[in-house]
Amino acid sequence: MVEPLLCMTGIDKAFGSTHALIDVDLEVHAGEVLGLLGENGAGKSTLVKILAGVHGPDSGEMRLDGLPYRPNSPNDARRSGIAVIHQEPSLAPHLTVAENIVLGREDLRAGFFLRDQREMVRACLRRLHRQDIDPDQRVSGLGAAARQIVEVVRALAFDARVLVMDEPTSALGKQDVVQLFELVRRLRAENVGIIYISHFLEEVQQVADRYLVLRDGAAVGHGDAKDATIEDWIEQMSGRRIEDVYPDRSREPVGDVVLSVRELAGAHLPHRVEFDLRRGEIFGIAGLCGSGRTEFLRCLFGLDPVRRGEVKIGVTTDNGAAPRRRLQQGVGMLVEDRQVEGLALDRTLVENLSLSRPMARFGWLSWRAANTEAQGWIDRLGIRTTGPRQVVGDLSGGNQQKVAIARLLHHDVDILCLDEPTRGVDVGSKAEIYRLMVDLVSQGKSILIVSSYLPELLGVCHRIAVMRRGELSSARPTAEWDEQSLLASAVGGAS
Amino acid sequence: MTANLRKRELWTALGPYLGLILVFAFFAVRVPEYFLTERNFQDVATQTVIVAIGAMGMTFIVISGGIDLSVGSQIALGSVVAALTMKTTGNAAIAIAAGVGVGGLCGVLNGILITSLGVVPFIVTLGMLGVARGTAKFLADEQRLNVDPGFIESIMAKQPVFDWMLVGPGVWLMFILAIGAAVVLRYSVLGLHTYAIGSNEATARLCGVRVKRTKIVLYSLCGLFAGLAGVLQYSRLNVGDPTTAVGLELDIIAAVVIGGGSLSGGAGSLSGSLVGAFIMAILANGCTLIELPNYVQEILIGVIIVAAVALDRFRGRSPG
Repeated sequence: MVEPLLCMTGIDKAFGSTHALIDVDLEVHAGEVLGLLGENGAGKSTLVKILAGVHGPDSGEMRLDGLPYRPNSPNDARRSGIAVIHQEPSLAPHLTVAENIVLGREDLRAGFFLRDQREMVRACLRRLHRQDIDPDQRVSGLGAAARQIVEVVRALAFDARVLVMDEPTSALGKQDVVQLFELVRRLRAENVGIIYISHFLEEVQQVADRYLVLRDGAAVGHGDAKDATIEDWIEQMSGRRIEDVYPDRSREPVGDVVLSVRELAGAHLPHRVEFDLRRGEIFGIAGLCGSGRTEFLRCLFGLDPVRRGEVKIGVTTDNGAAPRRRLQQGVGMLVEDRQVEGLALDRTLVENLSLSRPMARFGWLSWRAANTEAQGWIDRLGIRTTGPRQVVGDLSGGNQQKVAIARLLHHDVDILCLDEPTRGVDVGSKAEIYRLMVDLVSQGKSILIVSSYLPELLGVCHRIAVMRRGELSSARPTAEWDEQSLLASAVGGAS
Repeated sequence: MTANLRKRELWTALGPYLGLILVFAFFAVRVPEYFLTERNFQDVATQTVIVAIGAMGMTFIVISGGIDLSVGSQIALGSVVAALTMKTTGNAAIAIAAGVGVGGLCGVLNGILITSLGVVPFIVTLGMLGVARGTAKFLADEQRLNVDPGFIESIMAKQPVFDWMLVGPGVWLMFILAIGAAVVLRYSVLGLHTYAIGSNEATARLCGVRVKRTKIVLYSLCGLFAGLAGVLQYSRLNVGDPTTAVGLELDIIAAVVIGGGSLSGGAGSLSGSLVGAFIMAILANGCTLIELPNYVQEILIGVIIVAAVALDRFRGRSPG
């Protein structure tokens, strides 16, 4: 048998009392895609960090191309041919494509940008059949998918032989995902070894040759991707059989209209949105990234300016209002990016919870009451934390999301606008979030949910509408939709 | 990980105190006969007052992620306005109110300009630095105003009013204000919002915090403290001096930063800033006592500012 390109054996790593990795083996061959699966906190990122030279393993060894590989720093790893593409693109937006790609390379002589480097960038883009990207364009003008391509090119420019892609599609629309897979296949043909990390199991099944599942720091399953089913994976990842991730929502909403939007347009997007949300209803909005879904929620909640249109909440009608006003009206929003906007990461859990509705009288806080309240939400939502006073940035993605949701519940809003509520959240927490949503609407609350993940919309919504080029289609009951028709409607086919 | 984190927090909280103890111990060993006297303690404490009071308002601003470069000029303006009011009305209470009020006015203007024009605080307050200084000179006709400050003079007396008070009234005022401001920062909604805005302004907005209004309040508060510091400056010098406190805003910012404040917002504490102000005052006092030239002291303070922040960064970056 051929020697693997990368071989990690018996990797062990502990942080204090937390055993992050226990005797993990991982192999990647040249020209192979390995799907690395696991819930948040299962140890995937620790494994990648060890590979990328951020942490050293406590024990175990790594071999690259048959030679011992012991990186002392991320730079070391990069020089050895390991490239990691993170969830959040790490490009400098004000620089051009070419500048970003050569940034940090050692042959940048005396800080001057050389002609042959631009040529090298062109060559890399050609290799990926992406000549359409102009090396002299500023990165800020590129879409999410093109940025991802630039990151890949940067990795190639460093002669990467092992490429780690960490949730590469989480910021991409369906169409861009197709492009990305095309790219992955091309890289595979060039004998690059790829470690592909994703929560989107369907995607892993499409793109991976083999898979490795981690749970609580240990490898619990591996094999050929084509032999495994998604149900197997979910079982291995969560350690339990999930009969149905999506809860039963047999109760159809019968309530009055609580929110009605007419002719709503934002400064840039959306162009035209009309719909009614009923009491007790989960209303889904599908659509591609950049179609105006997120922008619509932001306009509705007052985070982005409204150009024209009417929003009727209860009995009051307005032409857009600030977030503060919306919260007073009982509308809450969970934003797409909890790291940048959703949470104050360096503040504690209880502070984050107190921001929208502080436990206060005459402007003076009662921390005791706030802590009790926070502890209540920690228990109810099963937030894994050391307590109300833990800094939110130290929680895992799924638990951070629960804190953001807890804030809405603590505020006791009646209408919840959720933008990608399960992005970057593991399967177990996803199921809990869905159950919570169904729970909330059965208490008479209403939910507006935007998601790129179609099975989720089909799984929890009562009605779904599709946003396309800034216009919202009319809503139809979920039973009348399937993934194909949603997708067709989103990309503009006949439906 | 949690253990590391606790250690890190502890370090950040205790760092300024350790610095204070070190500086104190150094001079206590070098020149105990001059340094460790009641008289000298009273001197040092009184010298701390103005920077410390300026630093209280600045602490709020820095925690919210802003900066106010105009406090030095506001202090000068405060001293001039207090002296002028004293001259025209002869009433010390009105003079105090006027001095404090004019600082507050500068702060309100700063806040409104920052939030409505969308110009960064650095630039707006840099502008105010010039405007307030110029206004002070205009009001004072470019002269020192030699006006009898009445009972205002006694505020900054070095000796205590009663022996049991140990230090002068200005020092008491400083401690009482510090406690009050610390309570506001820790237990009021305003304090919570101050930290939230500095930590993540977008989140604050998302949660319905009135970000603009809060900022205006914070800059006004900083102005009120600066105005008060101006009145105290008048009390100390017995003149309203439009050219006083030039560059003092930098000492004030240094005190906040030495005390653990972060110019990127979200971090800082009143006790830390107070300790920072004390460190600088003791250094100044001690260097004079051991007859080091003034430039040595300037270099030392410069080194300490950078070292304090570098240590903070270093601890913050430690694995965890």
